[in-house]
Amino acid sequence: MNGLQQGVFRLIELIDIEKAYIRKKAEPFVALRGVNLKLEKGEIFGVIGRSGAGKSTLLRSINLLERPTSGTVIVGGVDLTALGEKELQEKRKKIGMIFQHFNLLSTATVRDNIAFPLKISKLSSKAIKERVDELLELVGLTAQQHQYPSQLSGGQKQRVGIARALANDPEVLLCDEATSALDPQTTDSILSLLKDINRKMGITILLITHEMAVIRSICDRVAVMEHGQIVESGTVLDVFLNPVHSITKEFVSEVSDTLGNDTLSAFEGDGRVVRINFRGEQTYEPVLYETVRGTNATFAILQGTVSRMKDVPYGQLIVELRGSDDDVDRIIAELKTRGLAVNEL
Amino acid sequence: MMMLAANVEKEPTFWQSVMEIDWKVVGKATNETLYMLGYSLLFTVILGLLLGVLLFLTSDKQLLGGKFYARIIYGALSLLVNVLRSVPFVILMILIMPFTKFLVGTKIGVVGAIPPLVVAAAPFFARLVESALREVDRGVIEAATAMGASKGMIVLHVLLREARTGLIAAVTITAVTLVSYTAMSGVIGGGGLGDLAMRYGYQRFMIEVMAVTVLLMLILVQILQMVGDALVRYFSRR
Repeated sequence: MNGLQQGVFRLIELIDIEKAYIRKKAEPFVALRGVNLKLEKGEIFGVIGRSGAGKSTLLRSINLLERPTSGTVIVGGVDLTALGEKELQEKRKKIGMIFQHFNLLSTATVRDNIAFPLKISKLSSKAIKERVDELLELVGLTAQQHQYPSQLSGGQKQRVGIARALANDPEVLLCDEATSALDPQTTDSILSLLKDINRKMGITILLITHEMAVIRSICDRVAVMEHGQIVESGTVLDVFLNPVHSITKEFVSEVSDTLGNDTLSAFEGDGRVVRINFRGEQTYEPVLYETVRGTNATFAILQGTVSRMKDVPYGQLIVELRGSDDDVDRIIAELKTRGLAVNEL
Repeated sequence: MMMLAANVEKEPTFWQSVMEIDWKVVGKATNETLYMLGYSLLFTVILGLLLGVLLFLTSDKQLLGGKFYARIIYGALSLLVNVLRSVPFVILMILIMPFTKFLVGTKIGVVGAIPPLVVAAAPFFARLVESALREVDRGVIEAATAMGASKGMIVLHVLLREARTGLIAAVTITAVTLVSYTAMSGVIGGGGLGDLAMRYGYQRFMIEVMAVTVLLMLILVQILQMVGDALVRYFSRR
């Protein structure tokens, strides 16, 4: 990440977050066990995990909807856990949040729902009107402004939720399974709206999801959670192409166009089988052909995919290289010097 | 045969008796009932709303719930409400007479009936408020908290607003209950339609007066329910 190298402002820092729920007649339920997380300003960070992994608790500990049993929550340089109620309320105005089930006021129109956080901030009615008009425009609901939530589709409701969350110009937007109640097309439109907002307004986004497709389409970095811990994290491309933990591998395999070894197990060839990972613009270059051309070896593509991770092109090929061992070794070395990740299977 | 003929001659029929009812008296009693109902409903709603909101907020897993002082408040309020609700209205009326006298200067009459009506109905209404507030989607409360709303704002702008149809229904039920309570207050000279039914209908065996009173109360209840239902429909956004 550029941000890390340049020491860009660290927006959110979670340090050793533990959360245990006291239960009657049972051991306390531990939802988070020593979670550490750092978010850079302007990035889209995804947390993925199965239900019960603790990702929702993690998200809610950032604005202290769930107060951690121990640990420190720093947002914009301020330790939230040390704040009094009034100060925390002020700080929360700068932390937007959207929800799986939208959580709109059912008795208020689209317009009044978006105006609600501005009313809390005690803006003048003129200022509220202007800001709400802007936000309606941003999420494309100007025509529906006088309707009630029950008259809207799921996607429209989430747009209201997004407009409402952005009303007070937050530094960060927390997304709690924001697309899990939506159909695939609507999910795409909401995700591209989030991406737009991130790009245009520079708002940092932290989202939690159980769908790898969501991570792949908009996140810069990802953390994988299981049993209240982050088991793997890194840039989405790294985690996607080289999953280490078994739960990560499961998530990656859920996305249809990635390659697993299962379909290869029945394959019996003469040559040596390698997996080649492409990333960036190299994905569209004839690298493989150029490398093989100078030798007497040939290749057969057994499986392959070329796609985009957020905006970064990537490719993954499983190739059988046929030829003398010398030639094949030379090809693999050449591919590696060109910066490709090559693994012999 | 002679006796029977004489009886027919002397005893007026039911309808003749109805015609002879002193409508001025009935009108006055109706007014008194409306007066008692209006004021007791007003104070019941104010007190009961406060009590109900407090009960809701301090109950487990709600905005103030879980804290030690909240448990104490909830326990105390809940006990008070249960005690008041378990005492039959007629007994309650007699029990709190000193309090009534202290509060409004009289133990009887229309004015004297209002404090016991409020004391009896407010806890009942408070429980209805509590359960109406419980129906509010927790997610909406969470969203408001995440926006930085104070607890007071959440109560005013989220809880009471989102629960409004439930609250209107609760007011309707309480108003109907109060109609029958006002009738009972007639037992100790509270005035109103109940008092009329007691004095004329029961003590002087004037069945027709009793019938008219019951009919008037039925009409009153019917109107209250219809207005309440119409308001619920008007404010419903689901």
